[in-house]
Amino acid sequence: MIEFRSISKRFDDGTLAVDDFSLVIPSRRITVLVGSSGSGKTTLLRMINRMVDATTGALEIDGENVSTIEPVQLRRRIGYVMQNSGLLPHRRVIDNIATVPRLNGVPKKQAHERALELMDTVGLDRELAERYPAQLSGGQQQRVGVARGLAVDPNILLMDEPFGAVDPIVRADLQQELLRLQRELDKTVVFVTHDIDEAFLLGHQVVILEKGGRIAQKGTPAEILANPASDFVASFVGADRGKRALSIQTIDGAQVLVDGDGNLAGRLVEAGPA
Amino acid sequence: MTWVLNNLGLILELTLEHIRLSILPIVLGFLIAIPLGWVAYRYRLTRGLILTLVGLLYTIPSLALFVILPPLLGIGFLSEANVIIALTIYAVAIMARSVADALASVDPDVRQAATAVGYSSWGRFWGVDFPLAGPVLLAGLRVVAVSTVSLLTVGIVVGVQSLGYLFTNGYERGILASVLTGVVMTVLVALLFDRVLVLLGRLLMPWTRTRTAPLAKGAAA
Ligand SMILES: Nc1ncnc2c1ncn2[C@@H]1O[C@H](COP(=O)(O)OP(=O)(O)OP(=O)(O)O)[C@@H](O)[C@H]1O
Ligand SMILES: [Mg+2]
Repeated sequence: MIEFRSISKRFDDGTLAVDDFSLVIPSRRITVLVGSSGSGKTTLLRMINRMVDATTGALEIDGENVSTIEPVQLRRRIGYVMQNSGLLPHRRVIDNIATVPRLNGVPKKQAHERALELMDTVGLDRELAERYPAQLSGGQQQRVGVARGLAVDPNILLMDEPFGAVDPIVRADLQQELLRLQRELDKTVVFVTHDIDEAFLLGHQVVILEKGGRIAQKGTPAEILANPASDFVASFVGADRGKRALSIQTIDGAQVLVDGDGNLAGRLVEAGPA
Repeated sequence: MTWVLNNLGLILELTLEHIRLSILPIVLGFLIAIPLGWVAYRYRLTRGLILTLVGLLYTIPSLALFVILPPLLGIGFLSEANVIIALTIYAVAIMARSVADALASVDPDVRQAATAVGYSSWGRFWGVDFPLAGPVLLAGLRVVAVSTVSLLTVGIVVGVQSLGYLFTNGYERGILASVLTGVVMTVLVALLFDRVLVLLGRLLMPWTRTRTAPLAKGAAA
């Protein structure tokens, strides 16, 4: 469990990026921070591994205040995946994945074996192991980034718009892969995005942020969609524009659902016992 | 041509001597420039100051430096150390700026990512920043090498043997072939250093070759 308690962050230049933010991030769940540019998502995420230190307030991981943990040690036990993969361009794929275990002193051979296993885990062909990042497609690079994030088998995985720079088809693929990985590996994932569809797809808990890290609403996707807390949220999730509104039409005696654009979304059936 | 054939032994000896004497200033200059360039890169305030001061060193005429150094350092006027130290100073003058530029050329995203996954500052410098600065460092080093090889010829005025001997000897005795041979051999030695550096670069930075590989994404960007 990660707990933000009345966290504020003022940068040296005076920008108040986060203003009195409190949130509990449950373990073994995907929590998505979603909000427009500049709302403080990255700043919040980076406080968890102390890339950014809070100005005031306390941040605890499983009851331990992060300010008491040495930053480099802390970062080595938390996975971090960012946009454009953040891979080291001068290291081959296998060495990139093995980076953190190697920093922790794991022997090279062992670290490489584990890296190859991780390539299987994230759906990468082992043949790519000897390539440099520049020789991979954007989607493959992101997979390597995820594999690197998982290399030390961390409890926590931080992801900052990890799929923001890949095309929609690859993104959909990677999203499904992440859901599968989370189910199988049971990680606590904190995921940052500005795409509300991605947030609803991935998040067990979705936190909608306004400027200054102010929480506009948090809850499950269903809760938020069913009951937007404000006009801001309604507009952000697209409820106001009817984007989320589905209407029932009866065709040949069957009830089908049609979305705001008149496109077929599905067929209405009786919800049976799960 | 007959002069060259008659003096092959001398030419070879001077060439080897020239190579030997060039190596130390290049290596020393590089090593000293690393911390200087790092400070200039790391601390904005010192950047202008350090780079200007270091750059000014290059404007000191070499003859003046040969005269100033011995009393300052307590070394012999006619010693090899005098020339090597003077050339090292010139190498630092060029290289410090290269190091600062090279470190600044490293993609900040990569740097941040390295920190985020748990590199310590020291580990990141040698494991990430320094190797990724490689291509720009190499460019600077190539300039240093050529400059050092060419400047070394002046060392003859304080009696340090190098290809420069062929200039003074040819001038004093009116042998044009000697002067021309000196010029050609100096250029060849400079080219040799340049080739060796480029080769070392390829060997130590294999990833830079992949940029043009057919699969490389964003290579054209
Ligand atoms: N190092 C910094 N120094 C000063 N201000 C900063 C710094 N980092 C972020 N900020 C400011 O803090 C605010 C929040 O930035 P942050 O990067 O957390 O936003 P974000 O929600 O991640 O945005 P995006 O979607 O564009 O990535 C912005 O106003 C930003 O300009
Ligand atoms: Mg961000």
